[in-house]
Parts: sequence; structure tokens; C-alpha cells
Amino acid sequence: MTSDGRQEFAENAELGDIRELKGKKRPKTRPAIVLNEHIVEIVSDSGEGAQRCGQSLAAIAARSGNGIWTVEIIPAEIQPPHRSIAGASGNRVRIASQPVTNGGDEADLVVALNEQVLLSRLHAGEIKPGAIILIESMWQFDPNPEIATAYASVCAKIRAEGYRLYEIPMEAECQKYVHDPRRGKNMFVLGMLCAIYSFDTDMAQAQVRFTFAKKDQKVIDANIELLDAGRNWADDNLDLKYEISSHPVSAKQVVMNGNAALALGVVASGMEVCSMYPITPATSASHYLSDIFEKVGCVVHQAEDEISACTFAIGASYAGKCAVTITSGPGLSLKQEAIGLAVMAEIPLVVINVQRGGPSTGLPTKVEQGDLMASIFGGHGDAPKVVMAVSSIEDCFYSAITARKIAETFNTVVIVLSDAGLATAQQPFARPVFNADWLAPPVNQSAVPEDAKPYDWDERTGIATRFVPGQPNGMHCLTGLAHDRDSHVAYDPEINEEGLLQRSRKLAAFQTTLRLEPVYGGDDGDLLLIGWGSTRGAIEEAVANLRAQGHKVSSLHLKYLQPMASGIDAVMDRFDKVMTIENNWNDPPDDPLITKANRRYSSLANLLRSRWLVDIDCWGKARGQPLKPASIMQAALTKLEKP
Amino acid sequence: MTAPMSQCLMQMVQTDYALSDYQSEIAPRWCAGCGDNAILTAMQRLCRDEQLPPEKTVCVSGIGCSSRLPHYMNAYGFHGVHGRALPIAEGVKIRRPDLHVFVTTGDGDCCSIGAAHWLHAIRYNMNMTVLLHDNQIYGLTKKQTSPTSPHGLKSNTTPHGAVLNPLNPLTVTLGVANVSFVAQAVDWIPDLLYETLSKAYHHKGLSFIRILQRCPEFMDHRFDDWVRDPSKMRILTHADGLRLKPEVSRIYKNQETHDPRDMGRALAISSLNDEIPVGILYRDPSVPCYDELRAGERPNTPALVQTVLNEEFDKVGIWPDPATAPEIRE
Ligand SMILES: Cc1ncc(C[n+]2csc(CCOP(=O)(O)OP(=O)(O)O)c2C)c(N)n1
Ligand code: SF4
Ligand SMILES: [Mg+2]
Repeated sequence: MTSDGRQEFAENAELGDIRELKGKKRPKTRPAIVLNEHIVEIVSDSGEGAQRCGQSLAAIAARSGNGIWTVEIIPAEIQPPHRSIAGASGNRVRIASQPVTNGGDEADLVVALNEQVLLSRLHAGEIKPGAIILIESMWQFDPNPEIATAYASVCAKIRAEGYRLYEIPMEAECQKYVHDPRRGKNMFVLGMLCAIYSFDTDMAQAQVRFTFAKKDQKVIDANIELLDAGRNWADDNLDLKYEISSHPVSAKQVVMNGNAALALGVVASGMEVCSMYPITPATSASHYLSDIFEKVGCVVHQAEDEISACTFAIGASYAGKCAVTITSGPGLSLKQEAIGLAVMAEIPLVVINVQRGGPSTGLPTKVEQGDLMASIFGGHGDAPKVVMAVSSIEDCFYSAITARKIAETFNTVVIVLSDAGLATAQQPFARPVFNADWLAPPVNQSAVPEDAKPYDWDERTGIATRFVPGQPNGMHCLTGLAHDRDSHVAYDPEINEEGLLQRSRKLAAFQTTLRLEPVYGGDDGDLLLIGWGSTRGAIEEAVANLRAQGHKVSSLHLKYLQPMASGIDAVMDRFDKVMTIENNWNDPPDDPLITKANRRYSSLANLLRSRWLVDIDCWGKARGQPLKPASIMQAALTKLEKP
Repeated sequence: MTAPMSQCLMQMVQTDYALSDYQSEIAPRWCAGCGDNAILTAMQRLCRDEQLPPEKTVCVSGIGCSSRLPHYMNAYGFHGVHGRALPIAEGVKIRRPDLHVFVTTGDGDCCSIGAAHWLHAIRYNMNMTVLLHDNQIYGLTKKQTSPTSPHGLKSNTTPHGAVLNPLNPLTVTLGVANVSFVAQAVDWIPDLLYETLSKAYHHKGLSFIRILQRCPEFMDHRFDDWVRDPSKMRILTHADGLRLKPEVSRIYKNQETHDPRDMGRALAISSLNDEIPVGILYRDPSVPCYDELRAGERPNTPALVQTVLNEEFDKVGIWPDPATAPEIRE
């Protein structure tokens, strides 16, 4: 498109929503409509920088004192075809006046760099009816008539459906400043969004400078120019002006995604070895760790597969350097035999499993809470281990520290469950204040008393003091075979049962240290929702909304899934109905084939039903998307209505 | 594998370790005549001669008859899971350069279920000594064909004879990038087994010794021809390799002077069919070691962790007063 593009654009008959393009300019200081929150999506082909734009917008909002939550919109392929529905890439940013804990429901405003990626979001049901849509308009002049027609028909259709469509000559505008607008259009969009949401210019410029800190000054200048251009263009041409009230930040915060928080948590935990094999969506945690771990004298080992990643970690832990292995579903399956070895030999080990959709290769980039049962019961034999789940970005950071402590105190395996949703979602939280107690003590190399045994299990706790190579007198042969207190292979029934008892006892001892988190909402009522992991924010938001409507609904969130804290039964007793909310599969009870005898429940529901002998229900989705507060509300209302 | 300085100093003050100091209280339970016994003896001799403190010695194994070896050593032992001895040993070594790591593995353990780890262990070239007990059969699980079983071998899984040719652990190992030490020994010439093990121990990097090991239980008479006829054994000697005692030299006259730097010849010797070569096939002490490449440049101290965490927090920080925010440079 030439510089006349704008001219052509201006004369286009479809321009109803854009005011006075050719005429006099509007005053820049139009009064802003004050909002409580808005959900903004920026979508493009991958490579056009929509994700960077979204992340920058989120950072600007967070620095301005807004609550934010971002969700990455990720195409399944690295290089999906251009202008394809499957190729939509970008970011959702939920901006609010209060802290937010999840990605919310449908989007209020969408910026789309072509109509196909927009369709992708519409098909996914992610856009609110009547939402504002800002679309790149260059396609209407595309020399390929198919493209021009496709563009025109989508625009006509969505306008007819009542969306507020703004066709914007982004390419043409950017061409005034840069040679290749494909790179840089995202900053123009960022500028527009900063204008629409009344963000401070200096703040936005500082963010761009930060985003491109690694680049040279020319790149930074060009991007700031585009940012300003976008801002001015929006001020001059759009009738959109909002302000999302914010509370000035009163204490230091940090904003990052869940995988970054996990990586920093690993650094803070004092673990010195991370061994891993690349797998989405866990890898970015290891990427970040690879970048910073060496600075603190530690190592990320990329093993040849997950089996070696896990056994390598076990070897390091055995030698006194408690290790972590980071993976996702398929990798967890491969690690199971080694996890059993660590349980049997009582080697501390932290396994971080950033869940994705399964089984098999499943949905590599999408969220699901499908690995709970595999985490607790996955290996063969009776292999008690600790399974905990993270429920916010901040929780990712601290859980890595807690996991190492539990692993080393109880000489056990701790599986930390995150998921694809938290992995890429960003949220600000209070800046952690370093505490030397987080770190591991130095490796014990003192001599072991002459008659001490390597598995001298404490009768009350089942814990044995571990002997680490280098400790004089501690020599023994650790084995995955059944063994006695001397670590001698022993197949006697009594000895086998003693080992089982002691390993199980450790879990019971650990369980006594757990405290149930308070119930969210009211202490009793008509319906209790129970959740675990990343769904916490959405569930609590749904509960808050339901309670505001007068419903007696509360929720309970579990951090420890194996073992679970005491008192869950007492909480369930205080509610008429109980239902778990999970991002995983359960058989729909109204399916004609499904009966009481064959219904397969969601994982947590299964666990609670069998532990407490309660006939509780479950509600869940396994669509590869984070659960939305509105759908949880709907599920709760339906449950309330049922007799 | 070389001893770090601190180790040498410790050894100077250490009381003498006797052979019995490396024998655990458990008597070996291998079959009579099993070649694993000779390998255990060689290991214990080596520890005694090198005066390795038992608490600084770690024997890692997988699963199999051969992998029972760590139980019989008075040292730290790790009898792991089938096929995974090497990655466990790598984990042990990665942050503990002070430990002497030995790996014991079987032909099934190493060349079948653990084959991926085998190739990568060679490539990592970490400081450790690897003993492949190659009896050409699955012993522990009672006579199944292994990847090194000879063509035609009748076993419980190939009752009509093995249909595939065996893989050659020597040529495979020699073909891996970063290979730095490959040797072959046989259990029935203990002197040379010991000599080879000693050379392997002193090598910097991963030393891989394939040991042809007799399994009278399931592969009886497999190596009889070679045991009875010393001329079918080809002994590799070199100023830089094995040096034979006169009494050994008298029996094993079929000798070849082989320079362990000669990869081409090493491959040719490894491929011999009739004769069994014994000695050091290949050695290159200049290959970098992964454990040294990845050694931490500075120790993991609380102060360092605090500094780095704060640097990272600064990059993603939100400050109450932006004017007080530090300038971020990547
Ligand atoms: C995952 C797994 N698969 C199979 C086995 C059974 N198993 C134990 S040892 C072994 C083979 C042993 O053969 P090798 O490694 O040659 O050792 P050897 O007994 O001959 O010394 C097998 C198949 C196992 N323990 N674990
Ligand atoms: S079965 Fe074979 S390898 Fe195993 S102990 Fe007996 S002789 Fe040795
Ligand atoms: Mg074997």
C-alpha cells in the first residue's frame, strides 16, 4: 500500500465508525469513560509481535497500579501458515482496578492484524458479543482478490453481528516511519492501546526501552517513534477513551509468568542441579534457569531423555545436592520408574510437572489438570510421595522452595504440579525478600557413628538419617530392591512390610504438619466448590460473584493433594452440596451410557470420594483452555438448582 | 579418572587400606565360575593399590547379575534401575568432583535398555570408569538373547537361534563423538584385567572397558576356545598402553604393538572375528570433560543467590515511586 493508502482508506464506504479522518482533528483530551476492568486481546500471525505487544501492555498497566493477568494465545505450530485460523498468536491482557487472579471471561476489545486470526478467537468463543474490534485494514486492497474478499466478508459479518468494528490502516501508518512495518506494527498497536486506556506516555516509553534493552539505540528509537505514532493516531481518529482506575503501587512488586517464578524459586531453594529434557509447556522454565543458574554456581543439564533427566537428578541428590527435574505430562510418564527408585531408596527429589493436555502427545501448548492421578499413583507398586499444586504465580516461586525443604526433610519425592495456563500467565506479586533459610544447608560430610544404619527409621516419623557419599563410616549400597535397615537386599515378608510401613509413615508424619486453608466465602451454605491448582482464581471469582447475587456458595482450595490436610470432611459436612471444579475430563452424567456404575469422575473428586466416602459431584472442562469464572458460575447455578 | 589434589593430600595421611577394607560384609552370590567374581577382585585390588578412601568411592550399577557388584564393595554403592546406571553416575559426579565414580553394567543394561545413555555418556566424557560386563546374555532374567549375543544363539527368546548379528560394543563406542578411552579385557586373564582397569582409572575422562565375562550358567563353554588357546588372544601393548609382565608375555605371545591414538587401527582390531583383542584400543586424554566444562565458576553462596535474585527481580520490578527504580540493563 502506498502512502495514498490512507486516502483510499478514508474514502472507503465502510468507515462509519471512524470519525472525521479527513476533517478536523478531535481534541486530544476527550473525557475518558472510567471502567472497572477490560479484557484486551491482541492477535496476529506468529512473528508479528502480538505477544510482545500484549506483555508490554500488561507491564505498563501493572506499573500503573492496575491488577493484571495475561494469557498467551499460542498457535500449536512454530511456523503456521500466514492468515490462518490455526495460526492465531498473541496475548490476552485482563486489566482491572483490583488485583486479578485469572484471565476472566470473554474479551472486551480485540486488536487483530488480519481477519483470520480474529475468526479464530470468535470461533473459540473468546470475544464478548458487541465487543470492540480494531482490525488491520490493508487486506481490503490486497492484490489477491481471495484475500480482499475474505477480509470484506468477515468485516461485513461481524459488523452485522453487532461488533463495533474499527478498520485501521496500521500498515500504512507504520510505513511512514519504518521500512518493514511487519516488524514494529506491534508497537504502533501498543501506542493505540496506551491512548485508548489513557496510560502515561513516559511509562509506555520506558517500557519500550526496557523491552528492547538488548537492542541498539536505533531500534529503540524506531520503536518509540511507532509507539508515539500509534498513540497520536488513536487520539486523533478513534472515539475510544477509557481509564481503568488504579491504585498507586504501595510496595515493591514483581511481574512475571509462572514458569519464570518457578525458575526463580528453584534458584531461591538452594537446589544446585536441574536436569531436564525439553518439553512444552515446561521448557521456558528451564530456558530461564539456564540463563541465570550458572551465575549462582549451579547447572542445568539437558539430558538425552526424561529417563536420564530424572535419574541424573536422583544421582545428584544422592550425592548430597538436592536436584530438580522439570517436565510435562509425557515426560512425567517416562520418569515414573525413576521416581519409584527415589521413593524406594528415599532420595530427596523435586519433580516439577507443568501439565498440558493429554494423554499421549495430547495438546502440547494447552492447559489441563490431567496428571493428578499419574502423579500420585503413576508408578508401579506402593510408592508414597508428596504431590502439591501451585495456584498463582507467586505460589510458583514459593512452592519450589517449600518442595525442596519437604523433599530433604522427609527424604522423599515431591511432585509440584503447575500447568500450561500458569506457565505463561503473568501476574504481579509482592517482591520476595530474600531469606537465607530458603537455601539448602551444605552437604554433610561428617563421620557417621560406627554402628549407625542407613535406614534407621524413626518409629514415630519413619524418617531415617541419610548417609551421603563422602561421610566416613556411612558406606552402604543403596538399592531399589526391597531392603532392610542395613540397606541389604531382603525379600522376607516382614522386612518388605517394614519398608512399606516406614515409607508410608513418613507421608503420615508429613500430613500432620499440613493445615487446611480457610474456606473462601462463608463457612457453611448450599454449595461448596473444591478445586486445586491453577483454577483457584477463576473459582474464587465465581464464588464472589455468586455470593454477590445472594447465593450461599463457597470454595475450598487444596494445595496438597497427597497427602491432604485434615478437616476436609468437616468442611464438606457444612454444605448441602459439594462439587469439585477441575480442568480435566469427567463423564457427563446425562450421557445415556453413563451410570453410577461406570461414570469416571474428575481426579480430585475421585480422591475425595474414596477418602471420605462422600457422594460428591464434579464439574470440569477439558477444552485446553483455562476455566472461566462465568462457566464456573453457570455450573454452580445448575448444581444449586438440581434437586 | 584422576585424583584431585586434595585427595592426594588425604591419601598421604590416610592409614593403609587393605584389600579387606573394600570387601563388604555380604559374600558375593554369583554362580561358581562366574566371571563377575574376577571383575570384583580387580576392582578391590585397584581401590587398595590406589588407596581410595571407601567413603569417597561410589559404585553405581543398573540391574542384572553384574549390577550386584556394588553390594559386594565396601564403598558407597548405588544399585539403581535397569539401564540407567550411567545417568545416575553422571548426576553423582556433576557436583562432586571429589568422588571416585565407577559404573558396572551388563550387556543388556548398557547396550539394550540403556543404549541411549551409553552413547551420550561417551559424548559427555565425564570423569568415571565404566565396566561393561559382557556375558552376551541376559543372566539375571535367565537366558534371553542380548544385543551382543552371537548369531544363532539358542536362548529362551530365540529357541531356534538368534536371527540378528550382534552389535559390537567396541566399534559402537569408538564411533561416538568425544570418545576418550576404550579398552577390552577378559575375566580369565586377571593380570591384564587389572592392568587395564588401572589405566582406565588413571585416564582423565570417561574410560569404557568392555569385559568379556563368562557365564557358566547360561553361556557355558562360550569362550572355551579362547581360554584354552592363548594364541587366539591378541594382546595390545604400547609404551602408552599395557605393559606386560614377563610371565604373561610368555603365555600370550600373540601381541601387537598398538598406539592408542590410532583410531583407524583401533576400529580394525575391534572388528576381529577369530581373535579376541585385549588391551587399550583408544585413548585421547585431551577430550574435554562435561563435568569440568559445567563446573560452577563460583560457589553457590547465600550472598550470591541473593544478589542474582535481586537482579532478576529488578528486571521485572514495579516500584511505588518509579523515580527510585534502578536502571535496568540486560
Ligand atoms: C524396566 C525393566 N525391564 C526389565 C527388567 C528385567 N531385567 C532385569 S536384569 C535384565 C537383563 C540383564 O541382562 P544384563 O544387563 O546383560 O545383565 P547380566 O544379568 O547378564 O549381568 C532384565 C531384562 C527390569 N528389571 N527392569
Ligand atoms: S547367571 Fe551367569 S552372569 Fe549371572 S551369576 Fe550366574 S554365571 Fe554369573
Ligand atoms: Mg549380560
